Amino acid sequence: MAFSLGISRLRTYLRYRSLTFGLVILAFFAVLSIYAVIAYPYDYVTRIWYDPRAWEDYPRLAKPAWIRLFTRLSELEGTITLDSRSPGAVKIRTMISYAGRPAGVYIRVEQSFDYYYDTLPSQIVMWLFVNSSQPVYVVVRWFKPGGTVVNVSKAVYTSGEHYIDISTERVGLVAEYLRYLVEKLGHKPSYALSGLIALVAAEDKGILSLDTVRPSKGVYRVVLEAESTDINMNVDIKVNVYGTLYGIAGTDHNRRDLFIAVAWGAPLALFFGLLAALLTTISQMVIAALSAWYGGLVDNLLQRVSEVFMVLPFLPVVMMVSLIYKLTIWSLLMVVVALSIWSGTLKTFRAMFLQIKEMPYIEAARAYGATDLRIVMKYMVPKVLPVLVPNIIISTPSFVFLEAVLALMGVSDPTTITWGKVLEEAYSGAALYRGYYHWILAPAVMLALISVAFASIGFTLDKIFNPRLKEM
Amino acid sequence: MGKGPIHVTVSSDTKRILKYISIRAGTVAVSLIVAVLLTIIIANFGGMVDEIVRTEVEFWVWEYINRNPEYRGLSEEERARIASQMTESALRARGLDKPFAVRVFIYLGDALTLRLGRSMHITSNAGSRQVWNIIAERLPPTVLLFTTTSIIIFVSELVGGLYLSRRYGSLLDRMVALLTPLSLMPGWFYGIFMIIVFAAWFRLLPWGGMVDAPPPEDPLMYGLSVLKHMVLPILSWMLAYIPIGVYNMRTFFLIFSTEEYVEYARARGLPGKLIERRYILRPTLPPIITNFVLTLISSWMGAIVTERVFNWPGLGTLFYAAINPANPDPPVVIGIVTIYAYLLAISVIVLDIVYALVDPRIRVGE
Repeated sequence: MAFSLGISRLRTYLRYRSLTFGLVILAFFAVLSIYAVIAYPYDYVTRIWYDPRAWEDYPRLAKPAWIRLFTRLSELEGTITLDSRSPGAVKIRTMISYAGRPAGVYIRVEQSFDYYYDTLPSQIVMWLFVNSSQPVYVVVRWFKPGGTVVNVSKAVYTSGEHYIDISTERVGLVAEYLRYLVEKLGHKPSYALSGLIALVAAEDKGILSLDTVRPSKGVYRVVLEAESTDINMNVDIKVNVYGTLYGIAGTDHNRRDLFIAVAWGAPLALFFGLLAALLTTISQMVIAALSAWYGGLVDNLLQRVSEVFMVLPFLPVVMMVSLIYKLTIWSLLMVVVALSIWSGTLKTFRAMFLQIKEMPYIEAARAYGATDLRIVMKYMVPKVLPVLVPNIIISTPSFVFLEAVLALMGVSDPTTITWGKVLEEAYSGAALYRGYYHWILAPAVMLALISVAFASIGFTLDKIFNPRLKEM
Repeated sequence: MGKGPIHVTVSSDTKRILKYISIRAGTVAVSLIVAVLLTIIIANFGGMVDEIVRTEVEFWVWEYINRNPEYRGLSEEERARIASQMTESALRARGLDKPFAVRVFIYLGDALTLRLGRSMHITSNAGSRQVWNIIAERLPPTVLLFTTTSIIIFVSELVGGLYLSRRYGSLLDRMVALLTPLSLMPGWFYGIFMIIVFAAWFRLLPWGGMVDAPPPEDPLMYGLSVLKHMVLPILSWMLAYIPIGVYNMRTFFLIFSTEEYVEYARARGLPGKLIERRYILRPTLPPIITNFVLTLISSWMGAIVTERVFNWPGLGTLFYAAINPANPDPPVVIGIVTIYAYLLAISVIVLDIVYALVDPRIRVGE
């Protein structure tokens, strides 16, 4: 006896523990939502999210920074930016005169950065901003800590902005560097050298194999020299050394900070899921109550309608509708609700109302002359509320996942940033195959967490509200 | 129950079943017609169906003009004029110049007889642009994967539910109860994690697709290769749908095993197996079959995303290709929706037939 009492107490305790657990996760999402709305205003986010310029200084496909705790490697987080337009930069301008008359101008910019990390950066990119009426001869040299000088650029540029990814295998500096390396080490590397390796790898035995190549640690210097006959000529240089880590959630293929997407996904998921669940369940209840109360023709008609919707394929129709009408997330919500009403839950509610209808207190209400509407709304509907509330909570995750499904199929609102959208981009970008797990796990973990939260709250509420249905 | 004669003859039995089935089939057929009608109306709000039909007619007209030597000598404008004339008259001949309220029924007839028209750009592997050919080619992989999955899940639920109902309250029983919230996440979602674990991490199973590339020549090896590709999708669905299924089934059996007639059978000292089979399983069979068919039906839907995740070359992947907003293929989309409606309707009718066969209440009459 005492034993079984102990078990039941334990069970009660566990039950409330799972409620607390769910509420804690939900509170986390609420805080995240509020943070997202305040820190990244919606208009601002939707404007920059699809603007590549806004993400220029972020590393591409960087892993979350906390991964350091597990790899125990010191890696570059974010980006090292050297910009000659920034206040601290040293830029020397010298006039060139020929026979006492100004014949041109010579510009020299020297910048440096420290690199003491264990791994190679992910990418190195250079921008040249040339403003001149005459062609400009530009020389960019890269001084490695060991003393090696790599000639990054030796070319004539015209006015404009020039973007050069100097870390690829195709840049001109690679061939020259390879000759230098073979001369220095007496061996040829076993792989195709890239600009990245040439610019940062330590020049020891390690560089010969892709598995052992290490960065050269120390101070790097980048020197730009430019010359032109236009005395008003100006040249600026920006060099980005991109790291391999970024922030809490990493970045995606467009260098975007995934944390913003993860954070903004929370309010959208909560709103969409809860609102859809609420509207669907309430409509189901009202329709079921009407159907049960009026019976006869009304009931028959509603039964036939629900049979039609049983044959109408839900998911394909929702997708077709959002393809044809280019729905926003809120009109999508309406479509989803309208189509979800006719599920099995409607039948369950109807069966419950049919039972309630025969109860003596309803008969009493009828006897004192209550109107139909009054009986349905005041006496029948409240009776099913205990079932209703857990039902709303439990069905919320399915709507959150429905939004993710639509995004994954590419038919969601193109202006919103949801977890499903990130999942879709990760999937299209073959994130799994290419090993960018953080890209897919960030939204996936969020989706999993939100359904765990609603599940533990919903199932506990169900047990508290409906002790009769308690597990037998 | 009381209305029927006590000694029911076989022929009247069959007659009742047939009558019941035909009534149900009739109702479902009406639902199907209304559902397809709704689909067409929804699709044609933007004039999409009109556009599809016109493109199809234009295609045939141009085919005819280009093949016919009679028109060869004419100039480009002349031929275009003749083509548009012929298109108009062809549309008129089919009654498609009438108002939408009339046209919609012509479209309905086309859809119901599966004349789904031509696709915009998607072709079948054999090169056909007929929507029906494209769909027919993609249907078998979907049916193969998801019928197998549904059957495996159903059998596991049945066996697991029976087992747990006997061991109600045991550690295993409580563990299953704890696992039920797993089912709030859909199968495709587990698929992602399955791929990370078994394909990316352990490199044990393929990432997706249906057969190895290149496909093995030997039919046996081909079959094995397909089986290997089916493991992960099936596993992810099992993870998603078995816990709640087993739990529901076990609760269901528990409710029935406390019925008085079961207690009585137990009191009579009948063996446990016999009680299970004759006193618990048999009366619960109709709802269990409903459960199975509903699983099957939902598998047709869930298939779309799961196929996308596993790159399974079935209807779902076709649907994904057709619905791509950058390059949509509306005839294929509408065709697939119609086919799904048919699949659902057939499932419902099959369900009713099986019901009629197993439920004695139907056999004996209302």
